[in-house]
Amino acid sequence: MTGKLLSLAIWLPILAGLVVLATGGDKRANVARWLSLIGALAGFLVTIPLYTGFDMLNGGMQFVELKPWIESYNINYHLGVDGISMWFVLLNSFTTLMVVLAGWQVIEQRVGQYMAAFLIMSGLINGAFIAQDAILFYCFFEAMLIPMYLIIGIWGGPNRVYASIKFFLYTLLGSLLTLVAFIYLYYQADGSFAIADFARLPLGMTAQTLILVAFFFAFAVKVPMWPVHTWLPDAHVEAPTGGSMVLAAITLKLGAYGFLRFALPIVPDACRQYAWVFVLLSLIAVVYIGLVALVQTDMKKLVAYSSISHMGFVTLGFFMFAGGTQMNSFAVEGALIQMISHGFVSAAMFFCIGVMYDRVHSRKIADYGGVANKMPIFASFLMLFAMANSGLPGTSGFVGEFSVILGAVQVNFWYAVAGATTLIFGAAYTLWMYKRVIFGDVANEHVAELTDVNKREFLVLAVLAVTVLGMGLYPKLFTDVMHVSVNDLIWHVSQSKLH
Amino acid sequence: MTWTSLNASFATPEIFLLCAACAILLIDLFVSNAKRHITYVLTLAALAVTAYLLVTNYATQPQLAFNKMFVADPIASISKLGIVLGVALVLIYGRGYAAARGLFRGELFTLTLFALLGMMVMSSAVNFLSLYVGLELLSLSLYALVALRRESVQATEAAMKYFVLGALASGMLLYGMSMVYGATQSLDVTVIAHKIVSGEANRLLTVFGLVFIVTGIGFKVGAVPFHMWVPDVYEGSPTLIAQLIGSAPKLAAFAFIIRILAQGLEGFAFDWRGMLVVLAVLSLVIGNLTAIAQTNIKRMFAYSTISHMGFLLLGILVANPIGYSAAFFYAFTYVLTAAAGFGLVMLLSREGFEGDQIADFKGLAKRSPWFAGMMLLVMFSMAGIPVFVGFFAKLAVLKAIVNLGMVWLAVVAVAMSLVGAFYYLRVVKVMYFDEPTDNTPIVAAADARIVLSLNCLLLLGMGLAPNWLLAKLAEAVQYSLLPL
Repeated sequence: MTGKLLSLAIWLPILAGLVVLATGGDKRANVARWLSLIGALAGFLVTIPLYTGFDMLNGGMQFVELKPWIESYNINYHLGVDGISMWFVLLNSFTTLMVVLAGWQVIEQRVGQYMAAFLIMSGLINGAFIAQDAILFYCFFEAMLIPMYLIIGIWGGPNRVYASIKFFLYTLLGSLLTLVAFIYLYYQADGSFAIADFARLPLGMTAQTLILVAFFFAFAVKVPMWPVHTWLPDAHVEAPTGGSMVLAAITLKLGAYGFLRFALPIVPDACRQYAWVFVLLSLIAVVYIGLVALVQTDMKKLVAYSSISHMGFVTLGFFMFAGGTQMNSFAVEGALIQMISHGFVSAAMFFCIGVMYDRVHSRKIADYGGVANKMPIFASFLMLFAMANSGLPGTSGFVGEFSVILGAVQVNFWYAVAGATTLIFGAAYTLWMYKRVIFGDVANEHVAELTDVNKREFLVLAVLAVTVLGMGLYPKLFTDVMHVSVNDLIWHVSQSKLH
Repeated sequence: MTWTSLNASFATPEIFLLCAACAILLIDLFVSNAKRHITYVLTLAALAVTAYLLVTNYATQPQLAFNKMFVADPIASISKLGIVLGVALVLIYGRGYAAARGLFRGELFTLTLFALLGMMVMSSAVNFLSLYVGLELLSLSLYALVALRRESVQATEAAMKYFVLGALASGMLLYGMSMVYGATQSLDVTVIAHKIVSGEANRLLTVFGLVFIVTGIGFKVGAVPFHMWVPDVYEGSPTLIAQLIGSAPKLAAFAFIIRILAQGLEGFAFDWRGMLVVLAVLSLVIGNLTAIAQTNIKRMFAYSTISHMGFLLLGILVANPIGYSAAFFYAFTYVLTAAAGFGLVMLLSREGFEGDQIADFKGLAKRSPWFAGMMLLVMFSMAGIPVFVGFFAKLAVLKAIVNLGMVWLAVVAVAMSLVGAFYYLRVVKVMYFDEPTDNTPIVAAADARIVLSLNCLLLLGMGLAPNWLLAKLAEAVQYSLLPL
């Protein structure tokens, strides 16, 4: 069985999704719900052995599966995880479980299709994290746009059509250029699409630069980095709660993962040369988008901008080259921790907004006030997640940001200063929103009618709270596993590929 | 000359089809309107036998027949199988549509069979004369088929446009062929190729003729700037005829182009590559951009066909076996994709309702989740999103282009695919995000539903396992281009 674990992680959720889809219309909505819960749970359970059976001393790919898929083009069904990608497979399967629970009662129309879309997407996202063949990766990377497009478009808010098409086209733009880059690399690598072969390939500076531009379009749009971030607030605001959770927790990570798996190892010299561009864009995201978040009147938009700002920290960490050559291990590991932490925290934040939205049907901060009077349990949970979002020590949000800042100090003091403003802005926009929504007197009759979280919502919030706290208090659990892989990557990137 | 020296056995499928078409023409005279389905069944049976003969007569290497007018080779065999399949799908999807509009008549079947014969001759011809005869047999049948709905002003106008522009294109093509004949003193594709390689052909004269040949081809495949007839003909003709024009002939056109440009004029590949680059880029740009503005789905398909032909030409202009097999794969899969697209339009139609506006697809996901899902497959396959077969068709072409070193062309192609994705997405949007305005149940017959579903699922299946067809077509191209 262990030999097929990765295949299971991909195909089990997809299969479950197809079964759920086959339950038909809303007459059997409860069957669809329970089937999806079983499917999501099974999907999560099969990924756990990836952690328990993981060899921490091995920086290479583990649980490898390699079968020929398209022989005439030498495209293989090549799967594997290392200490970096393993976490995202777990995170994704976990988030899917949360999403199924989050949409349990809220989604009343086309329940089967809703759940099926998330399950299928979960499998496809796992595939993208696991694939070791560029075309296989591309297939998963693109195919996941289809369920996301439908999720935003069918179950989204009033402006869903615009948001869904914008989301699709933005992401497609980048990936198509990457496809051309992959084909170019295929010929350079003497007819191989294996990512590992791309990483070994010597490349001239011009080629590296052009390939980096292609990768930049694909992955920067996904992250999203300033200035190609404008699809994200639209998509987040219009998406249903589950859609926002997956988008923030997982698909954004895929962009950052793309930089780590493709851009840095394949074109290290270009990355070094243009690291300042990435640092600059990341700092703009951290500072400027942080300020933009401050003035939002819509809670979902606020969290969406805060996601962009936090992801800026991730890219900042990746492109922190000490002395212009060596990646900084503090910064890289910090960025990875930040990715995982943001996965939990942003999913939790969006879920909390969803909880309020389901009751009041408004996302405007001005429509709330004094929620704590009516929903004390909910208010305490939201307090924890708001603190994590602003990077309070003891929560998962602190660990990543602190490491990245630590790394930045070693590289350039002013990078660190600019990056550290996130601790101020993050606290400002999150806590200010918290204050306006939760504290004070009961603002209007809608808030007066609020009821506290039910068992299902409590379960989701509790699980997320435990993870956020656990990760903040004992991050070693996460860093130990990625340590060897990160060091291998850093060593690889430090080698020049120029002739 | 004796019968045996003709090697007529290599043309068994064509000979059978000709006899069958004549027989059906005669039998139909004695069939009353109420029993017209007899003709229908006979026609399908003729297609089935032709397909069977094609499989049993599969040529693994080039075999000449009819005094070097005709060749049986793997490209021809596979193209013809795809063409027969494409025509069969027209008849299966279009039966209910034709019956509801009084088009279920003998002419429909016999003209379709003659069009099919024309396409088969085009695929196998290796002489300018036989190439031209095949092309005209196809074109004349199609002109008549477009005008099948005599009382419709739109159909008559479409047929007139198609005929006038088609005749002009044929004239161009013939003029070009005559120039090449003047330069090489031969109409035989292989002799022409030989004369060009040995330097006996007058370069100026041949390239002058080449310009006209490429223009003629451009007209026939509907490449920009010779595309004006395509949208009007698609929109004006009955949907099943639009399917007939929009699917199988693309494969015949591929074979036709291979015979003339790759086998005959490969010595001047450098010259025709430049011309095809212009046609391909213009087709991709104009086709995709104009498709955005369409509200009629048949017109949208027309502009999308134009852009797909741009992709097909991209494969051909690579001018090596990698490019030809990529274009072959593109054409083959496009036949199936286009057939499914038109089939779904006809599925929505009923008596007195064409269902050819994009708005007619509103809320299809609620009216019929299954067929909305099928249309979704077709749209994403046309847009080239993995893991549908359309993606691998585009991948094959892009790969060939990059191999040639023309990365900029690949970038143009993907940029235009992005534009293309927009209008395909809009159809999905209409089906899934909008509320239905029309709740009439879908009335299509069971056979059309089943075959259509299989056709759509095949687009996904071939995307999951494209290797067999890719390898088969690459091998076919390799063996077909062996020197005769």
